Amino acid sequence: MNWQAVRSIYVSEMARFFRTLMQSFISPVISTSLYFVVFGAAIGSRIDQVDGVSYGAFIVPGLIMLSVMTQAISNASFGIYFPKFIGAIYELLSAPVNFLEIVIGYVGAAATKALFIGVVILATSALFVDLQIQHPFAMIAFMLLTCVSFALFGFIIGIWAQNFEQLQLIPLLIVTPLVFLGGSFYSISMLPPIWQTITLFNPVVYLISGFRWAFFGMTDVPIGLSLLAIASFTALCLIVVWWIFKTGWRIRK
Amino acid sequence: MAAILSVRDLVKRYDGGFEALSGVTLDIEKGEILALLGPNGAGKTTLISTICGITEGTSGSVTVGGHDIVNGYRDARRMIGLVPQEINLEPFERVINTVRFSRGLFGKPKNEAYLEKVLRELSLWDKKDSRIMELSGGMKRRVLIAKALSHEPEVLFLDEPTAGVDVELRKDMWKIVAGLKASGTTIILTTHYIEEAEAIADRIGVIAKGKLLLVEEKQALLTRMGQKQLQIDLTTAIETVPDALAVYNLELVDAGRALLYSYDRRGERTGITSLLADLASAGLTMRDLQTKQSSLEDIFVGLVAEDAA
Repeated sequence: MNWQAVRSIYVSEMARFFRTLMQSFISPVISTSLYFVVFGAAIGSRIDQVDGVSYGAFIVPGLIMLSVMTQAISNASFGIYFPKFIGAIYELLSAPVNFLEIVIGYVGAAATKALFIGVVILATSALFVDLQIQHPFAMIAFMLLTCVSFALFGFIIGIWAQNFEQLQLIPLLIVTPLVFLGGSFYSISMLPPIWQTITLFNPVVYLISGFRWAFFGMTDVPIGLSLLAIASFTALCLIVVWWIFKTGWRIRK
Repeated sequence: MAAILSVRDLVKRYDGGFEALSGVTLDIEKGEILALLGPNGAGKTTLISTICGITEGTSGSVTVGGHDIVNGYRDARRMIGLVPQEINLEPFERVINTVRFSRGLFGKPKNEAYLEKVLRELSLWDKKDSRIMELSGGMKRRVLIAKALSHEPEVLFLDEPTAGVDVELRKDMWKIVAGLKASGTTIILTTHYIEEAEAIADRIGVIAKGKLLLVEEKQALLTRMGQKQLQIDLTTAIETVPDALAVYNLELVDAGRALLYSYDRRGERTGITSLLADLASAGLTMRDLQTKQSSLEDIFVGLVAEDAA
């Protein structure tokens, strides 16, 4: 393994993050606060409690997941798309590195950024509501796995995208709706039965449910299933990335 | 001297069937400067890209320092520095950081002293904290060179290092290349400026339509192909070449005021002495004499035309 290369990619990607630290920090704080005002205060005053948890606290895991997923995707996709766009990718292709090293560097940095945002949102939430975390290790593990798997997914999007529109397309058209419909702001049991069944085809449901279990000990779907879902998603992304580098799809002429 | 880079029957065929390289075989010796000369689209960049791992060859093999570029890609690529033709730099990055990044990417541990030396030699040291977008085009090209040198490569590829730069910068670039050669780096550069190859290369390879037409010592190439011309300026213009001088195949130029004599300077007898004697007996008087050696340009144009025919 060329760990120097992994380190270089990671450091250079993190430098981009630190250049815009204030933006990276302030925007999630503001958006989280807004969600609390809109969902927590306005809607929450009518919903009161979900399975014994105050509505304000109930939406915290979903809020964190929403940001972590979108941040992991956008950071990772941009990280690899940008050198491709300006042509700096020649250096990666001519360097003594293999696909694993490139992926660890880029995906690791994107996952770190997403994790940072997740922690910021968790801290901001603690200012608004009383939070209890029943399974702290499981919470951290879920958050980490989500960061990594969605950063991998973002990496694939970044390689697939041939222009800036495509770069935005999947996060905007697929990921955001899936997260909103994935039980971020409600429990699946609140839906009519037919929608409950349809929702089970949404992979994000399993992530949010598992993550919420780590906080409050309650689930929409069994926790084992949640773990299986995120593990399969990670594995699938890894296979796709491996294939991309093996064939040179969209990176090597 | 042993070859540091060896290319064997390298073929690159694109999916559409277009053959960018059709069986290139080439050995490059340690410490030399080889110029690959050819028109646009000849396959120069494809050859470099394939050796460096940016594109994959269809068949054939390449070894760098004895390491195969596919099976021993790590060892092979560590020895190579690549300066691409296009300026592909992240605009927001600072000079020193992008150079550090390149060094790390090639698996070398930190060495700030070495990077300082490289940046100083390229007159970039006082710009080390500037962002790429604040630099002029010439400076950006130097950054590309600094990045390529950051990991102390033994073989350096310069893909059209002076395409689109002004004369002064081109001369600067030649000085840099000469300095690198002095430090023992093997250099392969592509160019379509013949004067560039003539000025800095030890050997010249001529490439056209994916084929390497020839590789030769620069001087040998010039001598071998070198037709010389002797121009004799006359004091008074004449209308036809006198019959007495017919054997010399003279050409009357400059409205009859000059005679042009072509000869091969490798020949035992150039025929100049007898020509001058016969000239005097034919009653012509010389005002001036000059000789002209055909440039690489002439040779090159001749070769490419020959291949097309």
